[in-house]
Formats: sequence, structure tokens, C-alpha cells
Amino acid sequence: MTVLEDRAVQARSAPTGPKAFWTTRRRDQLTGYLFITPALLGALAFVFLPLVLVVWYSLHEWNVLADTFTFVGTDNYQALADDPKMPAVLAATGLFSVGLVVFNLSLALLLAVLLNQKLRGTTVFRVLFFSPVVVSLLAWTIVWGFLLQDNGGINGLLNAMGIDGPNWLRSGGAAMASVVIVQVFKNVGLNMVLFLAALQGVPQELYEAARTDGASRWTIFRRITLPLISPTILLTSIITVVGSLQVFAQISVLTQGGPGTSTTVLVYYLYQQAFQFHAFGYGATLSVLLFLIVLALTVIQWQMRKRWVFHES
Amino acid sequence: MRKTVSIATIALLGALTACGGGGEAEAEGPVTLRMTTWSANPAHVELFNSIAADYSKTKPDVTVTFEALPIENYTTTVTTQIAGGNPPDLAWILEGAAPDFVASGALTPLDDSIENAGELAPAATALWKQDGKLMGYPFSTSPFGIFVNTDQLKQAGQTLPTGDKWTWDNAIAVAAATAAKTGKQGLVIRDFDYKDWTNLATVFRGWGAEAWTADGKTCGFDQQPMIDAMTFLHKAIFTDKALPAPGVAADFFAGESAMTIAQISRASLLKEAKFGWTLVPLPAGPSGEYAVIGQGGLGVLKKGKNAAAAAEFVKFFTSPANSAKLAQFFPPPRQSQLNAETLAKANPLLKPEQLQDVVIDGIANGVVKPSHTGSAEIGQAVRSALDPLWKADADVPGVLRGVCTAIQPLLAK
Repeated sequence: MTVLEDRAVQARSAPTGPKAFWTTRRRDQLTGYLFITPALLGALAFVFLPLVLVVWYSLHEWNVLADTFTFVGTDNYQALADDPKMPAVLAATGLFSVGLVVFNLSLALLLAVLLNQKLRGTTVFRVLFFSPVVVSLLAWTIVWGFLLQDNGGINGLLNAMGIDGPNWLRSGGAAMASVVIVQVFKNVGLNMVLFLAALQGVPQELYEAARTDGASRWTIFRRITLPLISPTILLTSIITVVGSLQVFAQISVLTQGGPGTSTTVLVYYLYQQAFQFHAFGYGATLSVLLFLIVLALTVIQWQMRKRWVFHES
Repeated sequence: MRKTVSIATIALLGALTACGGGGEAEAEGPVTLRMTTWSANPAHVELFNSIAADYSKTKPDVTVTFEALPIENYTTTVTTQIAGGNPPDLAWILEGAAPDFVASGALTPLDDSIENAGELAPAATALWKQDGKLMGYPFSTSPFGIFVNTDQLKQAGQTLPTGDKWTWDNAIAVAAATAAKTGKQGLVIRDFDYKDWTNLATVFRGWGAEAWTADGKTCGFDQQPMIDAMTFLHKAIFTDKALPAPGVAADFFAGESAMTIAQISRASLLKEAKFGWTLVPLPAGPSGEYAVIGQGGLGVLKKGKNAAAAAEFVKFFTSPANSAKLAQFFPPPRQSQLNAETLAKANPLLKPEQLQDVVIDGIANGVVKPSHTGSAEIGQAVRSALDPLWKADADVPGVLRGVCTAIQPLLAK
């Protein structure tokens, strides 16, 4: 009789009494819950509770200086619907997001493809493109602020080439383009690294087979590379879209929402209302709007994955 | 399980609400007062700490700490601290935010906390009074003047007009000629940077222009004096090239411009200047001579944990003796100290006649920079509507009408 068979016989012949509460299954469950408790508490305190509070605040008019906190029902939501600045703010937010997502993802993919070649010096370039990711956002933005002045480094460079550069931060279109470019160069390295990892995970035998069949480089890229890295494209696009909707420091340092309201994106407008104009209730309402936009875009992207993300299974 | 989560959430909410409520009860035992300032200048901090140390000698159970916040977001940060249930006990308040703080009832009256309050200059306290009560102490009443780089003027063969000839027309002519000759900038309106338009009051008041009427109800940007002033300024920027164009940075104190409009407290930046300089009053405009003042007030937050102890400290901090010490950086509101002799002791870099012309006469005749309840929102609306003005081909009257369209509903609130 083996040891296992012996245990089974013992178990069958054991007297049947009340079932023990701390079964192996329950102990495992408790251990699991204990492991995730710190994370759950953190999420409760810093994610779910603020979410509930923001919705609660959005139903109130809160004058911090006068120390009044008055329930106003849906008045703030009505004010949001009637706010004459909202079309301009949403347009600026959309423009920034589209510009950032398109430019960032295209450039990151291009750089990843280039730096995935087996050439000398690619490691140096990978480090160069990734290094802005670890630089302080504020320091990065302040330096770019100096470079983008009318008499700054960028226009100095353009002048040397005989080009009369625009007043980057003072004219509407150029200001938005400047903010997008500064943000792209700050974070393109992160997406680049993710794309690089995905590219290196594409099985080489598929390329070899395609080359054997005489497929062109573009066809290989379109029919093999893109589908196989599409999960990473989904991930980076969600991260970039959500990140684009949260841009604040660059706007605050470079343009303060101007000229006019050309770079007043939703988060900056929210900050102005809540913290500069002391309209905390309306600011909370704007953050509910921001939350709904982020949620909607993420759900849409997640649903669209079924159409264009390649799954081997 | 759901019930447990609900109870936990309510308990957490309750705890946070209690934290956020701000402590209005007076603490017992040793007290630590926290005062927010917008200066991390080591000389300022040293002076504040020495005054606080002197206070602790007489009140051993009271400690005062100073928290320097960046001036760019100063009011926002203080307001956020109040919202977060962590208000300072005392706060400096900028003149732009004064109407909000004073009118909202956020401050404790200070009438009993100021020694010899009768000697405070009425012009200095006007912004800080409500229903006859002093809600803030205007510890700094600092007139604007023009600092001039005399070396650059000499290099350009220019001389500074004096007496009746010190007018805006002549000032801009000298600035433009100097800029053209030296390749540097002419006149810089410090801290304006085509954003903080309130600093333009140092120019447009020369035309008798006002951002809004005295009662704060009616916009003044579309009135003729403002149109004339802004047309002059626009020409000075884009035609005469006497001022740096939008997006061009130049620091007078680093020798990058011939002149700058700034408050006299900036004179400390010239301690080790490598160029000759002088300080003169603002030039006369078409409406005659005038002066503009920037103010900082000291207030005791009602929601602070130690409001009574803070008010007591104010009495010490603003006493005639300490006011004289503070005068080396912050022109005091006490009339007995507004004389060239007292100010000269504290401002060795400035000549007695400069102190008389710019500081003493400035405080006596000056008007505080524009302020209004809700000034942050109004200021932002003006900035945004003024942006189209900063182009060479701008329609000045049209832009100014647009400013009034943007802010009139806010003024009428």
C-alpha cells in the first residue's frame, strides 16, 4: 500500500464529526485577502472614496473663504451645460489629445522599428530617447519654456537656417503645437520601449517565411508586425489617451491656458475653477465630466480591441 | 459584507470630515503658530525668525514658524490649505486677493491687535477695512518706480529727462533709442510678461484710466482714457520697440534692459550690480503725475487653530519697533516712520531724495493696483480677452471692447 492509499483509507475510517472551520480552502482565501488588504485599503482611501466625495461636492456650492457648504442639487451640472467656455475647452482638450496620441504613437513606433535593427549604436539612441521619461516633468517643461520663447533657442536655430520661426507660445495654433511637442518628447521613450519589447517578441520564423514567399517590407510590416504587436498598441493607446486628458503642468508652466483660451484643456480649466476661482463645487462637477470622458474612451477602446487586436487563440 | 463595507466607509468619511473641518477651538498648552509668506528670500526669513525668537522670549509657550510659498500660486495654495482643513494661523495676503479675504469674513478683526493704529496711513488701510474694522494689517505698502541702467543710457548717448520733462512720451523715446543702440531691451514692466495685466496699471493710470469704476460695477477698459493708454503702449511695443515684444524675456537686474518698472523692494537685487543705476518715480502721463502701489497685508485666519494667539503675535510683529525693522524690505503703513530718515536707515542703497520722491510721496498719493472680489476670475478673463491686443496689427478699441464684454457679467455679480 502506498502512502497516499494509506492516507485515503485513514480518512475514510476517521470518525465523522463537525466539519473543521479552518479548511485549507478557507485558510488560502484568508491569506489571499490579507495579501490584497493593503492595496484594497489604498484603493478605497485614495480612489473610491475621493470618487464618491467628488460627486458629493459636485452637488454643493463650497465657498472656502466664507466657510459655506450649501447643497445645490444639480445646479452645477446645469451651469456646466450652460458654460459658454465649455465648447472652447473641450475643443482644446480634443485637439491636444488627438495631436498627442497620433504624434506620440507614430513617433514611438517609428523609433522602435528603427532602433530594433541590428545596427551599432542603437543602445545609445534607445537611452537618449528614453532619458526624458525619467527627467522631472517641471524641469523639462521649464527648460522648453526658455527654448520656445520668441528670442529662445528654437527660433535661434531656425534663424540660423534662414527661417523666421513663429512666436511659439503666443499664437494660438503654435502654442497648442508647442505643448503637444513638449509632451511628446517627454514621454515618447516610454511607448518606444514598450513597442521595442513587443517587436522583439514577434517570432522570427514568420518573417523568414514571409521573405521566402517574396513579401515586401511594407507587406511584412502591415501583415505580420502590426497584428502581432496590436495588443501593445492597444495598451499604449489607452495609456496615452488617458494621460493626454490629464495634462496640466505643461499648460500651467508654458501657456497658462492662453493665448485666449486656445490651450485651456479640461484639467487646467478644472484647476482654475476650483483652486483659483474658489468654485470647488463647479470644479468637482468638471472632474466628474473628466472621469466620464476617460471612462467612455477607455470602454470604447477596450470594445474596439475585438476588431483590431490580434489574438493568437 | 456589504454592511461592513458601508460602516467602514461612513467611519472613514466621518474621520475625514472631522479632519477637514478645521479646528476653531483654541488649543491649550504650548502653541505653534504657522504663518504663510510668499518670500523665501534668506534676508527676509532671517528677519522674520529673529522677530519670532524675540516673541518667544516673552511668550515661551508660543513658537512661530514661517512657511514660504511660491508667489505664482500663493493665494491658490493658501485657499487649498483652508479647504483641506489645514489653514495657516496667519497669512500674507496679496492686494488682488484682499477683497475676497476681507469680504468673505475669513479674517479676524485686528483693531485690538495693532499698537497706535491711529497712525496708519488711511490710503494704506483702505483696502483692508470692512464696516470700519481693520481686517488685515498692510505691512507692506510699496510704490512702483522706474529703475534705470545709467550705463546703458550713457552708452546710447541718452540722458534721463528730469522735472517736467519726465513724461511717458520722453521715457519711451529714451528707452527706444537706448534699445536700438545697445541691442538690449528698453523698458521692461516687471512681472507683466503679457499675462499679469494688473502691472499695466503702472502705465495706464498716467492717462487717468481705471480697469473698473470705484464701485467695481462698471468696466473701464472701453473708456477713452484706457483706449489712449493702451494705444500708446501698443505703439511703444510694436512701433517704437521700446518694450520687449511678447515672448521675449529680459531681466533688468541682470543688465538686459535699460529700464524697468518695479517696486522699491527690488532694490535689494542691485546690491552687487555691476552697472550704474538710479531710481525715479513713474513718469507723468497726460493726466499728470501719479503713483501706483502694490500691497501686502497680514491677516489672522478665523479657521486657524490658534486665532487668538495669532492675533496677539500680530500685535508684536507689527509694533512700531518691529515695523521699523520690517521697513528695510517693506515700506510700513505707519506715518511716523514714513520719512526719509527712517527709511534711509533701512534702505542704504537708496538716496534720501529717491526715498522721498518714490516712496514717501508715492505712498501719500498712490493708488493700489486693481483689485476686486473674485479678482482671480476677473483677472483671468481680462488676460484672456487682452491677448489679441499683443499683435502688431491689433484693433486696440475693438480688443478693449471685448475685454468689457468678457468681464462685465463678472463685475455685476
